[in-house]
Amino acid sequence: MSILKVPTFQENVLRLKQYWGERGCIIQEPYDVEVGAGTSCPETFLRALGPNPYRTCYVQPSRRPADGRYGDNPNRLYKHMQLQVILKPTPADVIEQYMGSLEAIGIDLRKHDLKLEEDNWENPSLGAWGVGWQVMLDGMEITQFTYFQQCGGIDLDLVPAEITYGLERLTAFLQGVDSVYDIEWTPGVKYRDVRYTDELQYSVYNFETAHVPTLWKLFEIHEGEARRLLDLYKETEAPAEKHRFPLLPTYDHVLKCSNLFNTLDARGAVSVTERVGLIGRIRKLAVGVAEAWVEQQSLGQQSPAQQEAA
Amino acid sequence: MNLLLEIGCEEIPDWMLADALDYLKTAIAYLLKQHESIRTDATARRLTVRAEGLIEREPDTEERVWGPGKSAPVAAVEGFAKKQGVTADQLQLISDGKTEKYSYLRKISGRPTVDILAGALPQLILKTPFPKTMYWPGKGGPRFIRPIRWIVALLDGKVIPFEITGVNSGNESSGHRKLGASRFPVTYDTYEQKLRDNFVILSAAERRKRIRAVPTKYVCDNPLLDTLVNLTEWPTPITGSFDTEFLTLPKEVLMTVMRFHQKYFSVATPDGNLAPQFVAVTNTDGDPEGLIRHGNERVLRARFNDARFFWDADQKRKLADRVQDLAQVTFQAKLGSYLEKTERIEALTKELGGDADAQRAAHLCKTDLTTELVKEFTELQGVIGGLYARAQGEPEAVATAIYEHYKPVSMEDSIPATQAGQLLSIADKLDTLRGCFKVGLIPSGSKDPFALRRAGQGIVKIIIEGKLRLPVRSLLQGDAQLEEFFLDRVRNYFRELRGFAYDEVNAVLASGWDDLVDAEERLEAVREVRPTENFEPVAAAFKRVKNILKQNAITPSSSINESLLEPGPETALHLAAQRATARFGAFSYREKLQSIADIRPEIDLFFDKVLVNAPDPAVRQNRLTLLHTMLAEFSTIADFSEIVTSSQENK
Repeated sequence: MSILKVPTFQENVLRLKQYWGERGCIIQEPYDVEVGAGTSCPETFLRALGPNPYRTCYVQPSRRPADGRYGDNPNRLYKHMQLQVILKPTPADVIEQYMGSLEAIGIDLRKHDLKLEEDNWENPSLGAWGVGWQVMLDGMEITQFTYFQQCGGIDLDLVPAEITYGLERLTAFLQGVDSVYDIEWTPGVKYRDVRYTDELQYSVYNFETAHVPTLWKLFEIHEGEARRLLDLYKETEAPAEKHRFPLLPTYDHVLKCSNLFNTLDARGAVSVTERVGLIGRIRKLAVGVAEAWVEQQSLGQQSPAQQEAA
Repeated sequence: MNLLLEIGCEEIPDWMLADALDYLKTAIAYLLKQHESIRTDATARRLTVRAEGLIEREPDTEERVWGPGKSAPVAAVEGFAKKQGVTADQLQLISDGKTEKYSYLRKISGRPTVDILAGALPQLILKTPFPKTMYWPGKGGPRFIRPIRWIVALLDGKVIPFEITGVNSGNESSGHRKLGASRFPVTYDTYEQKLRDNFVILSAAERRKRIRAVPTKYVCDNPLLDTLVNLTEWPTPITGSFDTEFLTLPKEVLMTVMRFHQKYFSVATPDGNLAPQFVAVTNTDGDPEGLIRHGNERVLRARFNDARFFWDADQKRKLADRVQDLAQVTFQAKLGSYLEKTERIEALTKELGGDADAQRAAHLCKTDLTTELVKEFTELQGVIGGLYARAQGEPEAVATAIYEHYKPVSMEDSIPATQAGQLLSIADKLDTLRGCFKVGLIPSGSKDPFALRRAGQGIVKIIIEGKLRLPVRSLLQGDAQLEEFFLDRVRNYFRELRGFAYDEVNAVLASGWDDLVDAEERLEAVREVRPTENFEPVAAAFKRVKNILKQNAITPSSSINESLLEPGPETALHLAAQRATARFGAFSYREKLQSIADIRPEIDLFFDKVLVNAPDPAVRQNRLTLLHTMLAEFSTIADFSEIVTSSQENK
């Protein structure tokens, strides 16, 4: 390695947070509803919408039920950690800033091979897409870099850059280990010690023991609640009522649907024809929330009392 | 004057550079009109145009402005002159072709080239046709492939001033992201050297040479080479190795991982096997500490471990046990699952004459879609199935047929080597074509999401090159659109891949295309006989015959009444035609064509001396019947009226 001290997993996280914090990012904590990627969090999906500038950085544990391997596979995880950075609008030197973040965790880029290879991103169930690259460091994909173009089917007033680091891969690279489970989380503690049990048990649950009818029921319950709330929002007319309408909780139910769908899918419970339909149902909700959110935000940041006074 | 334009951009996808440069070259040449030379270059981060021999300004032009007529009052004439900014004595009194009028020859001075460029370049640049663009910095902003970050625009050393989304044109370029300076001034003459000083090799040819200059002998893969040339500004190849234990995995899997997932060249041993090595192309000036090599080796190890994990996991269930799982894999929403497709392919393979091995292969051919390895490496579908079939003890013929059933994947690719593989491949593709056409998924223009053209092309290629005597038209089940589509693929194959002239192809196919192997033989005969002296005149005569028959909308009699034939040229033609066809049964197509061409003197004489539209209806009828019979007999090989003769081309 080209650096004196190899960072531990948590040092890596801390250094990246500090780096982006120094560049104007709000350091957020992980969102507390299960998601498949940091992009789905309201901090990204909703904040990307509308005309307000925003910068944030957070770690998001991302659950992908189909990727679970019972803790057996050295590179594949049910739940991996993403470090998500949103820069809205995108600064002109965004790639230089990104490269700086790699230097900040001890990668001497003069001694390594960095390439930006075309990789466009799309999340059909969120009606979101963008163009960008996968960032390859010595042949390994360490980051996904995306210029968002649409969220919830809506064109974006300000194009954000989304930088998503795969923390396990990046740290495994820095520490020179072949298995993510051998990553040193902090001196004396391996990734295995912290996460192996999760991987095993969630794999067992997702692939074997999850009760499919119950998951379907839960899906419908969350879908129903999200739809009920969206209908209610549509009926709301007074700006003050719209302003306080609980769209964020509505979105939580959409996220629940998305995770339940992923779990059902991993379980092999979704036929391919159903799949398209289900993605469409989730997208309809996500688009509904996005549109309502844009409208709600346009009502202004003031409290209703201030609005009335004005 | 010379022009230097460099559009500095964030990394442009490698496969889009060539088209972007083509556009820029054409668009700028059109804009400049006068120039001596224009050349374009690109790396991932820049599109460059350099032009020489520009003129400083457009040539001046003149425009005549017409005023009042000769008899107009003086005030009107003076008013017109004033409007033109001159005095009346500067006007000319000339005729506009009808009457004499006052007019003024207005001089328009040509605009300076710098103004033309400054005005046109922003839109010209933004109109570069990229396949997928983005807008920035927000809604309504310009669209380009990625954000533009700098622009060099110099005309004879002076900045051509313009702006695109806050980026002003200037004289500063940018070097390699890590090895070069981020901004430095350039001139037309120093441009390429300054880039080189900052670790950017502008010339793609030179980057290619650097990539080729590696001591390890790797398997050169040109599309991959092109990709790497366009992904790097300062390419340096390195050689790495992997543990020989991975060589127990099929080389198809290893090579796919290296080629498609890692963009590595694979290395062959002297005896043609896979060596445990790879060549990676870095965008650096070297790897003295071996860090990059080490990193790439680690990544490859992880990838290979993944592949081995999937391979082992897949062996837990045989392909034969996976057939029912295909009910869960959709082929196409309207066309059902892969299980249904499998059943259709099986029936079709049998119908095409496939033996027991071919039918077994059809039964298993799609099961690899349920394996982990194919989910991971979709490009290996079929190949993995074949390898698994072999590993699981299926007969070799079955394994090979499955392995090859996606072939040919392109016009250049070879067809499956075994007949079982050929029939299976045809059955699979034919089923796709029939199904898609039935539900209206028909390719149009550039849209062909199911790659039906490629499937059709594949069928044509397999039938002809595999010399399969299949009744093609009946396989298309009388679907008129599908027939037309398929016929296009046949034409395309013969023309593009085999180099037959389009009129030869049309002539031969007009005489039937149910048996493509036969059509190929006829085509070759036509190509061979065509240059002989009598062929084209005879073809021209047939065209005349066809026109005569068309104009005389009568039904020819079934047989020629010889007693009505006039002695002389008419009888001579009749006898010549009979002679020509008498031995058709024993002749090759070439000999038949030759014997047809040989009746040219009789045909020429007939048209010279005999009036087809004879006054006596019975004689006329008989003459038309003679021509019709001759045409019908000779047209079994080709419709000669489709041949474009040289006399036509000269018109």
